[in-house]
Amino acid sequence: MTYLKRSPWIIHYDASSCNGCDIEVLACLTPMYDVERFGIVNTGNPKHADIFVVTGSINEQNREVVKNIYEQMPDPKVVVAVGICAASGGVFRECYNVSGGIDKIIPVDVYVPGCAARPESIIDGIVKSLSILEEKRTKMNSPAAKKDTQSGGIQ
Amino acid sequence: MSKKIVVPFGPQHPVLPEPIHLDLVLEDETVIDVVPSIGYIHRGLETLVAKREFTEYVYVAERTCGICSFIHGMTYCQGVEQIMDLEIPARAHYLRTIWSEYSRLHSHLLWLGLFADAMGFENLFMNSWRLREFVLDVLEETTGGRVIQGSCKVGGVRRDISDEKLAAMAGDLKSFETELSDLSEVFLHDDSLKSRLVGVGTLSRTDAYDLGAAGPVARGSGVAIDLRKTGYAAYRELRFEPATESAGDCYARCAVRIRELFSSIDLIRQAVEKMPEGEIEVKLKGMPDGEYFSRSEQPRGELVHYLKGNGTKHLVRSRIRTPTLTNVPSLVKMLQGCELADVPVIVLSIDPCIGCMER
Repeated sequence: MTYLKRSPWIIHYDASSCNGCDIEVLACLTPMYDVERFGIVNTGNPKHADIFVVTGSINEQNREVVKNIYEQMPDPKVVVAVGICAASGGVFRECYNVSGGIDKIIPVDVYVPGCAARPESIIDGIVKSLSILEEKRTKMNSPAAKKDTQSGGIQ
Repeated sequence: MSKKIVVPFGPQHPVLPEPIHLDLVLEDETVIDVVPSIGYIHRGLETLVAKREFTEYVYVAERTCGICSFIHGMTYCQGVEQIMDLEIPARAHYLRTIWSEYSRLHSHLLWLGLFADAMGFENLFMNSWRLREFVLDVLEETTGGRVIQGSCKVGGVRRDISDEKLAAMAGDLKSFETELSDLSEVFLHDDSLKSRLVGVGTLSRTDAYDLGAAGPVARGSGVAIDLRKTGYAAYRELRFEPATESAGDCYARCAVRIRELFSSIDLIRQAVEKMPEGEIEVKLKGMPDGEYFSRSEQPRGELVHYLKGNGTKHLVRSRIRTPTLTNVPSLVKMLQGCELADVPVIVLSIDPCIGCMER
């Protein structure tokens, strides 16, 4: 956990999940699992968030919502797809209103397996995403990247 | 007259973990009308009956909703068993009843937590969810799954619970009940909570009946409808009374759910005591041919699975009606005339489960 230098904030969106993974994401925040001890805070505002936690798969109605939230988040950002539905559509993959996993719309960094994903594996996935977040930050702040954006990135 | 403005609420917002969109028409701070729009998590799982065999569809039925998954699976199984004229063993009925009641405990505690969170009482949210972990542990030990159990099947149940484990479960309920009493004391008697709940989002008895309210929303307004009284599973052999309140406000709906928590504990104890010996499943013969309306009481109210088979291994039609959908007209009625700041509490007070509602 040496790379945990900052408090990462997460934003959670339920894209056509059955609720199973959503309540497990919430369970991560409550006393039994308590991710707040790592400084992880659940926020409702995409502009405050570093990690986008998505449960469930993409359908026609939520396609734009997922895209919107992702685009509103400041760089660097990572996406964690929680549960098998977010990865591929899961048991619902053959339903007429399910287009597939989250990666059809936005780039996904970490896939958390399970139906429903267990809180332990969700925490594991989020911790994994932290190192990716740190990598992205280093890359963004490197002299080469700064040269590309003359107006200056986030310092 | 002041100007009307429309405030959009959702689909992604800090109050609910699930997406529902409401257009709130405001006059100053007062909500005068509400236009709900749904469909953000519609999957279309009813059509999967044509692609999954009727025995496999239990998995899909369970995943209609991750909160009351066991009851969805059970209602589906009961429907198919009725079509096939299958008499399942008494022990399976009792085990289903026990798991249903544990599901109710976990669902109501989850709701209490979210409700406290909607009021800005985070400590109470954390405490409700801490207590809920006890119920999830029992579900995990007895079925293998925390939120999706997969222990129900057409013709019975997949797992038995040993008599020693049953006795231990009944014993553990004692300390759980004490902690629950402490928690409910806060919900029912704390002044700051009362000021947020009493007289807020009132639904009259006539409105509740006319708008087709279900479950704790109906019972909070004094309509004593509880599907468990129809005597499915083992409920015909257990004693309990539907919890009702007459005020019809958010406080009444909260009080109904708290009383149901205690009644669930009592039902589990009775079921453990009367648990019959014997088999837990019967062998299936033939294919379902016919139709049936399978009804049961979910934590949120009446659940209906309409099933139709034509003698093949695939059902022809499955239609699911869930309590949240029937409670949306009541929600619109409750919200009319309330203040904008009370909207989150009132929306939460119907215990919306969008996963079920949109399927």
